[in-house]
Amino acid sequence: MELIVSDVAVARGGIPVLEGVNLSVSSGTALVLRGPNGIGKTTLLRTLAGLQPPLQGTVTLPPEGIAYAAHADGLKATLTVTENLHFWASVNGQGGVEEAITRMNLADLRDRRAANLSAGQKRRLGLARLLVSGRAIWLLDEPTVSLDAASVALFAGVVREHLVRGGAAVMATHIDLGIPEAEVLDLSAFRANRHIPAGHGFDEAFA
Amino acid sequence: MIALLVRDLRLAIRAGGGFGLGLAFFLLVAVLVPLGVGPEGGLLAKIAPGILWVGALLACLLSLDRIFALDFEDGSLDLLATAPIPLEGVVAIKALAHWLVTGLPLTLAAPLLGVLLNLPLTGHGWLVLSLFLGTPALSVIGAFGAALTVGLKRGGLLLSLLVLPLYVPTLIFGAEVVKRGAAGLSVEAPLLLMSAITLGSAAALPFAAAAALRINLR
Repeated sequence: MELIVSDVAVARGGIPVLEGVNLSVSSGTALVLRGPNGIGKTTLLRTLAGLQPPLQGTVTLPPEGIAYAAHADGLKATLTVTENLHFWASVNGQGGVEEAITRMNLADLRDRRAANLSAGQKRRLGLARLLVSGRAIWLLDEPTVSLDAASVALFAGVVREHLVRGGAAVMATHIDLGIPEAEVLDLSAFRANRHIPAGHGFDEAFA
Repeated sequence: MIALLVRDLRLAIRAGGGFGLGLAFFLLVAVLVPLGVGPEGGLLAKIAPGILWVGALLACLLSLDRIFALDFEDGSLDLLATAPIPLEGVVAIKALAHWLVTGLPLTLAAPLLGVLLNLPLTGHGWLVLSLFLGTPALSVIGAFGAALTVGLKRGGLLLSLLVLPLYVPTLIFGAEVVKRGAAGLSVEAPLLLMSAITLGSAAALPFAAAAALRINLR
C-alpha cells in the first residue's frame, strides 16, 4: 500500500501553482504539507484524491485507498450526529459507528442535530467520518481548524493509531499536531513558474 | 446506494427539506386557473390536460437546483465523488429521490386536481398513467441540468433555461395522452413516445450528468 506522486504539476483555476512535486507515502507513515497560503496544498490534496487531474506527472495509489477530508465537513444540518455517521459508514460499506463516536468524544452529542453543534464539534464529527471510511490513506486538509487543544491531541492520537494499524496520512496543516514521526514537506520549493500557460483552456472539458 | 436514497428522502422530509413544495405549487395552479379562466365547464375540460401537465412540469422544476447544490455547498459532493459509489449511481439515486419527493406525489394528487379542472372522468386514469410514466424523465433530465450548473451561484435561472427545452417533448406527449384519453381516442403513439423518452433519458443521462459533475468538481 503506497501513494506515489512523481513529477506532478497541479493547477488551480487554470493557473499552475505547483510543479515537479515528488513524494511517496507508505504504510505507517505520515506526511505534513506546509507552505504559505495559496501555495497549492488544497489543490495538491484534491489532485491526490482524484477530484482533479494533474497537469502533468502521475499519481499512483491503491484502488479505493483514499479518504479525503476537506475544509467542508460534508455534514447535513438536519441529521443527527449518529445519522450523519451511519450514512458515511454505509456508503463505504463499513460498520464501527459506535467506535468512531467514542473515539472522537462525540458520545454526549450523538442525538443532537448537526445544525446545533459548535464549529469544533462539527469538525470532530467530520473527522469521525474518516474512521468509518475503512480507507488506508487519509488526505487531511487543515484537519485541526476550530479544534481546541484537547481535541487536537485527541485527533493526533487517532491519526497515530491509524498509522500503527498500517494506515497512512497526508496532512496540510500550519500547526504542530504532535505527531513526531511525521515527515514535513515544504511546498514552497515546488512553486510553479507562473509564466507557463496552463495550456488546455476550455478545451479540457472536451478532452 | 440505498443509504444515499434513504438520506435524501430523510433530508427532504425534515424541516426545510422542501418536501411538499412542488405539490403545493401544483395545487395552487390547479386552484387558481379555474378562478382566472372562469367557471365555464367545457372550456376548463378542454384546457385541463395542458394545465395539469404544465403545472406538474413547473412544480418539478422548482426543486431541481437543490438536487446537487446543497451537497456541493456543504462538501458532501466531494466526499461522494471519492466514495466507493460510482458517480453515475449517485446521479441516478438522486434523480430517483427527486422523483419520489416531487413526481410521485404529483402523480398521486393529480386525479383530485383533475376534478377541480373539470377533467372528464375517462381522462383521470390516463392522467395518472401519463404522469407516472413521464415525470421520471423530468427528474432525470433535471438532474442532468442540475449537474451542469452545480458550481454556479444562483444557477436556478440558467438551469431552467437549459432544462425547459428538453422538457418540451415530454410535455407535448404527456398532455396529448390525457387529451386523447379523455376524448376516448387511441393513446398508443404519444404514450409509447413518452415512455421512450423516459427510458432513454434514464439510461443515458446519468452518465452525462456524472461527467458534468466531474468537470464541475475540479
